[in-house]
This record gives sequence, structure tokens and C-alpha cells, in this order.
Amino acid sequence: MSRPHLETHLRAKVASGGKLLVPYLMAGQSDDWLDTVQALAEAGADAIEIGLPFSDPIMDGPVIQQAAVVALERGTTPESALRELATLDLDIPLVVMTYYNLIFRAGHDRFAGRLAEVGVSGCILPDLSLEEMDDWGRAASAAGVDTVLLVAPSTSVERAQMICDRSRGFLYAVGRMGVTGERAEISHQVAEVVEKVKPLTTLPVCVGVGVSNPAQAAQVTGLADGAVVGSALVRRLLEGAGPEGAASFIASLRHAIDQRG
Amino acid sequence: MTAPTQSMGNPSSEGWFGDFGGRFVPEPLMPACLELEAAFTDAWADPAFHAEFESVLSSFGGRPTPVSECLRLSEELGIRLLLKREDLAHTGSHKINNVIGQALLTKRMGKTKMIAETGAGQHGVASATAAALLGLECTVYMGEVDTKRQALNVFRMELLGAKVHPVTSGSRTLKDAVNEAMRTWVAEVDDTHYCLGSVMGPHPFPWMVREFQSILGREARGQCEKILGDVPDYVVACVGGGSNAAGIFSGFANSRAQLIGVEALGGAAIASGIPGVLHGMMSQLLQDEAGQINEAHSISAGLDYPGIGPEHAHLAATGRATYATAGDDEVLDALQRLSRTEGIIPALEPAHALAWIINEAGRAIPTGSTVLLNMSGRGDKDVAQVREILQAKGLYQ
Repeated sequence: MSRPHLETHLRAKVASGGKLLVPYLMAGQSDDWLDTVQALAEAGADAIEIGLPFSDPIMDGPVIQQAAVVALERGTTPESALRELATLDLDIPLVVMTYYNLIFRAGHDRFAGRLAEVGVSGCILPDLSLEEMDDWGRAASAAGVDTVLLVAPSTSVERAQMICDRSRGFLYAVGRMGVTGERAEISHQVAEVVEKVKPLTTLPVCVGVGVSNPAQAAQVTGLADGAVVGSALVRRLLEGAGPEGAASFIASLRHAIDQRG
Repeated sequence: MTAPTQSMGNPSSEGWFGDFGGRFVPEPLMPACLELEAAFTDAWADPAFHAEFESVLSSFGGRPTPVSECLRLSEELGIRLLLKREDLAHTGSHKINNVIGQALLTKRMGKTKMIAETGAGQHGVASATAAALLGLECTVYMGEVDTKRQALNVFRMELLGAKVHPVTSGSRTLKDAVNEAMRTWVAEVDDTHYCLGSVMGPHPFPWMVREFQSILGREARGQCEKILGDVPDYVVACVGGGSNAAGIFSGFANSRAQLIGVEALGGAAIASGIPGVLHGMMSQLLQDEAGQINEAHSISAGLDYPGIGPEHAHLAATGRATYATAGDDEVLDALQRLSRTEGIIPALEPAHALAWIINEAGRAIPTGSTVLLNMSGRGDKDVAQVREILQAKGLYQ
């Protein structure tokens, strides 16, 4: 497994003047989800977030909730998803996004070790707060896995500084107060949260939650280093877009982002 | 037998009761949890807030509720059974204590809206009531399955001016109503307080809700001293999330009384649970090998919760409280027996605690013992369901 490491890869891209595009899909949401991951990489993704389905995803809106239901009904478990990811041949890093109970149940060291074994170099756990992350953080560092932390519009500057200091890989800026999902417009909170964190860190800052189409991706990457796109892609996949449809959507985002730059 | 005495103290600064509790919420909600903790800490140290809380509960909520002796049932069981009558509080259960506290706190924080989750509808009705009293907007999240099972409670909430939002995600029951309320709180946290209904969720909720419910435990302690000249040998309460049990246990934790929590057999987080994180807390949970949360199943919607408040997990771990279970059939028997012998129709939830007492009188509970049962709610909400079940079993024509 010679996939590049998350933070190294993203920092290099930003240093060379590029903007980051990080699509999200749910592991096991369709039979061809692995082909979709491959297709997204070829369509211009800089890293890919892989959701591991959890029964009670409190940070997610209806689309990603539905994808989790479908994936769980198809029998997806954290281990089955990781086993399948290990078979991929990719030249971009993978990041797992899920909820803390799955990690706590598996055991911190065991889970971090498995991520490293299957070539996943980052992990996002939205319900693991800064205050409670010490045990996981130690296990992840020891395994060489970056833990990406979230900063929200509601986060104070003092708190944002502590989060920036602990985050690895990139900083996930939540682009609006709300759960994941497509929105008609980019919130004014994107500019506020990016302005808040930019002076605090040299990490790449990627905006997620509410980035829905090429124009919005271009708008967001005008402010930040990158965009995370989840629900808009997951909805297309739930509607049967398949690897080709997913690739063409991500290529359209890539094009819009690069045109702007 | 001497029970250990140990009071139910405050959690650590990060909200831990021993190995349970904490604050596991997405970053957008952390500032709200910190703000709430500061606001509650400040209010709870303010005599004026206590005075207002107690005044509303007495003039509006029907406090103090009495303790009744069960003369006939006691004689049949060979024990001395007392009931703390939370069924006589306004809206028919102990839930009013918590919602009055949180609604007053909502106003004190300068917020104008409350959201709440509900399973059977008791906490939803209580929240709608407190919101009406204090002029707050109220939206109640209720699993779609429960809105159908408890259609009359939906109507009650709407009569009280609340909006009821049916939740169609997941299993469409209480667990999913909590998820949806938390998701909404993320988006509306500026002007909205989440009025959580039990001693669960992220810090400070387990602590704060226990403190609001501790009024019933203090009352019961004083009432028992008068009636018995002593504390009872056993204090027994049903446990879903565990707010009524936390309230009554808190009045007796520093005494010799044995504390017993009774869970529904199909929702026994202590008996069959495994430590894990759900709804912002570390506690004992029903979950599978991978960590996916399992559904709880029982006759009582109020106990259908796959977790338990973290302080209960801690009390179980330290041995200060013991947790038992009761199954649906014995609960139905207990409900009918109390109705006939004492003229009190209990809610299905406290009927679990009564079922355990009936089973264990003369066994785990030695003959002659004094037993205090927290009668946490009245059975009016359940009579239609109970009639249907008894008819289906051929026990009622």
C-alpha cells in the first residue's frame, strides 16, 4: 500500500497553488462503491472521505442518514469496509469518517492499527470532542493516522486555537450551523469561520457541510484551501448515478474550482 | 444487611461520574453545552432561581406530592409498601419537575424557543405545558411510530400550542427522536434550548436533570422520616433514561436504604449493556459486535431506550444501586393488582418497579421490610393500550 499520507499530500498540493477537492461517500452504499472510489480518484479528487455507516449519525442530514441505512442493510461493518478498501490501488490518501462508538467498541489501538494496515491515513470523528479525544489521539498518532478536527461557526477563537493545535491532516471548517446536506446558497458563516481559523494554523482548511454544486465549490475554494462535498454526491449515488455519474459530477466540481484559480 | 452509604455527588468538571458521562457532541454543539453548563451552575447557586423553581412547582405543579401507604397490598405481600405519588403532579408524572427547571433556565439564558424529544409523549406534554406557562415556542420531536401509538398525546401537545414533528429516520422511535432533536439543536442553537427529558445526553444534562428531579427525593426523605421514623429499607424506581430514579435515589443515597432500579427486560442497559457512546454520553448501551445501537423493546414506550443515564451506570459499577428487570406479563399483572387493591392505576413504567417488588417480596425483600416505590406516573395514558393487550390475551371481554 503506497498511498500518500494525508497531511503531506494535501500540504504539497496547497503549497503548489492548488485547491483541494475532497468528496465523501458511504462505504457499502451500493455494490459498486469501490469502483466509485476509484472513479472519484481518477476524476480529480485530492483525497476521499469514506463514511463507515453508524446506526445513529447525529451530525448527518437525511441523505447521508439514508446512505447509512442502505449500507447497514447491505451488511456493511467497519471491518468489511476496511477489508475492501485494502484492495484498492490509489495514488491519493483516504480518510475515514464515522462516529466514535464504532472506534470505542473496536478498541482505540486495534482500530487505529487496522486503518494503518489498510492504507487509510486519516480519520474524522465528529462526535469525539476535543475534551474526550486524548485516548484516541494517542492511538492514532502511534499508528500514523491523522485525526482531522472540526471547527464550527459557533467555536470561540480560544477554542479554535486549541482545535487547530490538535488537528492533523487538514482542518475541517463546518460551513454552517447545521447537519450535513445540500443547500441552495453558501452561508455567510463560511467566510466568518475561515477568517477565524486562517490566522491560527498552517494546516489546509477545507470547508464542508452545505457545498452542493460546482459554483458553490468554486466560491468556497475562493475563501478556503478546499471543499468537502458529501450529500450532493451521496444523493446522486443513491439515485443510481454509479461510478460514471459520480466521476462526471466530481469532474465538474474540479473544473469549476480550477477555472477560478 | 447493611447497604453502603455514599451520596450522589457532582460529576467531574468534564461531566464524568466515574467512568461514565462526558460530553461527546459535534463541535458546533460544544459551545452550547458549555454555555448551558455555565448558565445552570450560575442559576443553581442563586437562591432567587431556587425560590422561583419551587414556587412554580408548588403553585402550578402540585408539589409537594404525598406519600401513600398501600395498606391492602402491603398485607398481601408481607411488607410495608409506600408510594411517592408523582402520578399526582401536574401532567401526571415527575416530568414536570425537570421541564419547569429547564424552561425557567431557557428564559434566564435569553432564549425564546425550546425543543424536546418524546417517546410515549409524557416529556413532550410536560415540555409543551412548561412552554405555554412561560410563553416559549415549543417543538417536540417524536418518532412517527410513537405519534401513531400515542395519538392523543400528540393532540394534547398541539392543544398546548406546541408543534409536533414526526421523526421518520431510523426506527422512528425515541432513540431517533433524540437524534433529530440534537440535529435541530445544531442548526438553531442561537435562540433555542434543547429540553432533554432524562438524566442522559452530554454534560451538563445528566447532572442538571438529576438536580431538578432531586426535589422529589428530598420530599420523600422527609415524608418517610415522618411516617416510618426512619428511611425505608428499599427505595425502588423504574429506569429508562433514569430521571425519576435519579430524583428519588438522590434523597436516600447517603442513607442505609438499598436503591433498586428496574429496567424493562427488553431494554436492560445495565443487565445486558456494553459501555459505549450514544447521544453525547458514555454509558451502558444495547449494541452489537460492531458498535451499532440495538433497539429496546418493551410494553412501555417510556422505557424503550437502548441506553441509561451515565450516573446509573456509575451507581451500578460502584454497587451503590442495584439494577433488576421486569418483563411485560408481570408488569401487566402488577398494574392490574395495584389498581384493584389500592385504587391507583399506575403508568406502565412504574408498574415495572412494582412488578419487581411483587416478585421479590418474601425473597430478595425480607418479609417485614419497608419499601418506598416511586410512583412516577399515572396510567391514564396507557389504559387504551392495556385494554387492547388484555383483550388480545382473552383476559378482558
